[in-house]
Amino acid sequence: MEALQAVLKNPPINTKNQKVKERAEGLVLKVLSAFKSSDVENGIQSLDKNGVDLLMKYIYKGFETPSDNSSAVLLQWHEKALSAGGVGCILRVLTARKTV
Amino acid sequence: MSLYSFGLEPLSCHAWNKDRTQIAVSPNNSVVIIYEKKGNEWAKIHELTEHSGRITGIDWAPESNRIVTCASDRNAYVWTLKDKVWKPTLVLVRINRAATCVKWSPLENKFALGSGARLISVCYFEKENDWWLSKHIKKSIRSTVMCLDWHPNNILLAAGSSDFHCRIFSAYIKEIEDKPGPTAWGAKMPFGEMLLETRDCGGWVHSVSFSPSGDHLAWVAHNSSISVADATQGKEVTQLTTDRLPLVSVLYVSPTEMVAAGHDCCPFQFSYKGPGSLKFVKKLDIPKQTSRGSMSAMQHFRNLDKKATDDESNELGCLHQNSITQLCVVSGKKTSVDKYSSVGLDGAMVLWDFKH
Repeated sequence: MEALQAVLKNPPINTKNQKVKERAEGLVLKVLSAFKSSDVENGIQSLDKNGVDLLMKYIYKGFETPSDNSSAVLLQWHEKALSAGGVGCILRVLTARKTV
Repeated sequence: MSLYSFGLEPLSCHAWNKDRTQIAVSPNNSVVIIYEKKGNEWAKIHELTEHSGRITGIDWAPESNRIVTCASDRNAYVWTLKDKVWKPTLVLVRINRAATCVKWSPLENKFALGSGARLISVCYFEKENDWWLSKHIKKSIRSTVMCLDWHPNNILLAAGSSDFHCRIFSAYIKEIEDKPGPTAWGAKMPFGEMLLETRDCGGWVHSVSFSPSGDHLAWVAHNSSISVADATQGKEVTQLTTDRLPLVSVLYVSPTEMVAAGHDCCPFQFSYKGPGSLKFVKKLDIPKQTSRGSMSAMQHFRNLDKKATDDESNELGCLHQNSITQLCVVSGKKTSVDKYSSVGLDGAMVLWDFKH
């Protein structure tokens, strides 16, 4: 749970360095996969509105480069994050100029 | 609350005349149609066909009874009613891209036109040469101007643009009006002076609206958020992100309440009482009572098989069946609006009552 908070703090939005962004994305993916299915809901509850928006950004970034198991995990998180953030959250991922 | 359908074409914009017996609409083409209310129906009485491009904005000045229209053919016309016929006058806007929105000022001596040429054209009538002239505001606008609203003092103009910023400019034209007094937004107001530029709003600014006193400015952006800038509190901006589809039009209905509508097909009410306190109040649509006739067991399972649901109807549970494109005040003063209208992509116009 704390790992989720920590990895979502200070996201590399303003940097142009692609490597930094990839490392951050990899870390987030590891944390998300480490959660048990039943804990996903609690994880999302512990985030505030901005946190949910940020999580959604990472989920979509993760969708772009699918690896063995990532899509299934991400889809689970996506479903729970959607019920918390609503379509507005996805809109903000699409309109954001600075990506994670 | 009453709905009237003007056909199947989406309605891009609409405007009411002074006593609200006539409405000018454009069904997403280069023609403006004026309907008059006859009993419970609307009858077509005029068709204004001067434009060659899709009409993007209509505004009807209530006192002087003039209509201004702008279209994607880079032109704007001012129409005056002579002998029961509307006659157009070309306005020299001098833009090289499509016009996107147009609004008469509160005193109706000038109007502002936003365009894709990254500038706002403020047009006024020059009596000596008997034509409409324009002055341009270009400072720091980096993309298409999407929406405009005038401050009640007839001088300040708010503009939202697709470069993610919302700005307030001074549109003071010294040839036709006296110097304005200072306002909460600033004291020095030469033409084109920018009095407010908000930081990145997170999305294209679809619509702006000044509060009745002019001290607050509300706008809606494409990232599903609504924000208010407060001049009395040091131009502080409060933003509320919603978890719905983006709102496309916003309207102040009282000094603290505003109504916004957009791709969710129904209006919502928001309330702003001070910095940090911008709240969603409620959804303003009453869902239709779906009359579920009795379905036979065979029908029920057939639907489950074909469509994976046993719900027969494919209509949305609200009055409009497609996105709302524009909201407009119908009755009541700006400080206490009683009725407002909305038009949408489903070709329908709905009159809503607002209870304070």
